[in-house]
Amino acid sequence: MKTKVILAASVLALFSSPAMLVTAYGDPAEAELSIDGEKIAVTAAAPEGHPFDTLYSGWLYREPETRALEEDSFENPGMFGVEQGAELWSVVEGSAGKSCESCHANPEEDMKGVGASYPKWDADSKRPINIELQIDKCREENMGAEPYKFDAPQQKALTAFIKHQSLGMPVKLDLSEGEMQKWWDQGKEMYYTRTGQLNLSCSNCHEDHSGNMIRADHLSQGQVNGFPTYRLKQSALVSVHNRFRGCIRDTRAEFPKAFSDDLMALETYVTWRGSGLSVETPAVRQ
Amino acid sequence: MTSTLRALIVASGFGAVALAGSAMAQDVKPEAVAFSDSGGIETPVAAQAGSAEAGQKVLTDRKLGNCVACHQVSTLDAPFQGNVGPSLDGVGDRYEPDMLRAIVVNPKKALYDGTIMPGFYTLDVGKHVREDLVGKTILSAQQVEDVVAYLQTLKE
Ligand code: HEC
Ligand code: HEC
Repeated sequence: MKTKVILAASVLALFSSPAMLVTAYGDPAEAELSIDGEKIAVTAAAPEGHPFDTLYSGWLYREPETRALEEDSFENPGMFGVEQGAELWSVVEGSAGKSCESCHANPEEDMKGVGASYPKWDADSKRPINIELQIDKCREENMGAEPYKFDAPQQKALTAFIKHQSLGMPVKLDLSEGEMQKWWDQGKEMYYTRTGQLNLSCSNCHEDHSGNMIRADHLSQGQVNGFPTYRLKQSALVSVHNRFRGCIRDTRAEFPKAFSDDLMALETYVTWRGSGLSVETPAVRQ
Repeated sequence: MTSTLRALIVASGFGAVALAGSAMAQDVKPEAVAFSDSGGIETPVAAQAGSAEAGQKVLTDRKLGNCVACHQVSTLDAPFQGNVGPSLDGVGDRYEPDMLRAIVVNPKKALYDGTIMPGFYTLDVGKHVREDLVGKTILSAQQVEDVVAYLQTLKE
């Protein structure tokens, strides 16, 4: 712990010396990540039609101490959420007297790969749904329980638990199902649309300027493979729609509702932009 | 009360307002700002001359220009300066005041359309602007002139 404090202090010292700023940061770190012996692909070759050649996990843009926290499951504060999710798995709720466990008895096996392949086409609602919405769907249809409120702690914990079962697996969407391609198109349009009084698009920050420092933040490619992520600034797990809304709010724009068509389209497109990166949930970010 | 007296009272009572009003009226409205053929803005947008000292504050204040989020100025004692944009050291040598003004007012016109740098005195903004900011510019005309005055002091 002591070395960490010293490290943090020296990073601060770096920041206060303007001459060092430009040279100290830029490219993503050259580092490898394995968690619990599981190799994590923090770089990947971009899929066809992608504006980048190489994809980088947001992990590579964080300071060494933040990276170290994610490397060690015992130190990763996001693992509390995962453990809460594991406990919620067997909690009976709703009129049907069931828990998640009633239908999925072995989550470690049954949920493997699930978190790597969402958003997925949902034929019933005729739109892509993410893990959060799939959990709500199970609660309403199979358990007779209320859907969670957006960002309820249980929603974040269960999502983190499910995604964690795919730790290390490459993100891969099936865009051939239903109208996924149409939603991808809509998400892409959003990604390049400038919003707010500051007139900024996602691409301005995460495509044109990834690698640069904006204030104290090292701009990454804005990948979603680590969500829900544990943010040190907020001392909590942060959902992907919460993050999207935060970035949109920072452009001084009104932001869309969580799980709205706009944000589901954006999640579909941005998830595709990280194809091949490993699921890192729960990632640790600043 | 005679009409002359009434006129006098009205005149003295509204004098200050009328004066401030006329000073305001001389600020160029964002939609009326004229770019020259070379892309600069020759006429100051505010009625009063800019103050470099006030401009320095606009550069570092997160709620105002927040310019150092993206730019670095070595002589400024502000933490966490960014490098999304070029360093502003020596920018007063590189550009004439009319270009500096145009870059701050609307870099999409002064530099190039795809730049990330926001326009600080333009209504040509993004979609879904936050409700309370609709029709408003990021900086006032006076703050733009203050920033332009400060940028001119940045010489090598
Ligand atoms: C004004 C600049 C800016 C804009 C515009 C912006 N972001 Fe971000 N974003 C940031 C910063 C700064 C961070 C934190 C550092 C990082 O991870 O890049 C961040 C982080 C993220 C992350 C978390 C990455 C991780 O590894 O945990 C995602 C995802 C993201 N942004 C997506 C988006 C999307 C989608 C949009 C458009 C709707 C967007 N951003 C618009 C600045 C921006
Ligand atoms: C979100 C990022 C951002 C912010 C905020 C920002 N700028 Fe910029 N600025 C840039 C970028 C990037 C460029 C270079 C053009 C490009 O590459 O798009 C630039 C270019 C400039 C230039 C021309 C510099 C040169 O050497 O060519 C000046 C002058 C300037 N900015 C001043 C300002 C001032 C003053 C403010 C605040 C009132 C400000 N900028 C705020 C990103 C920003």
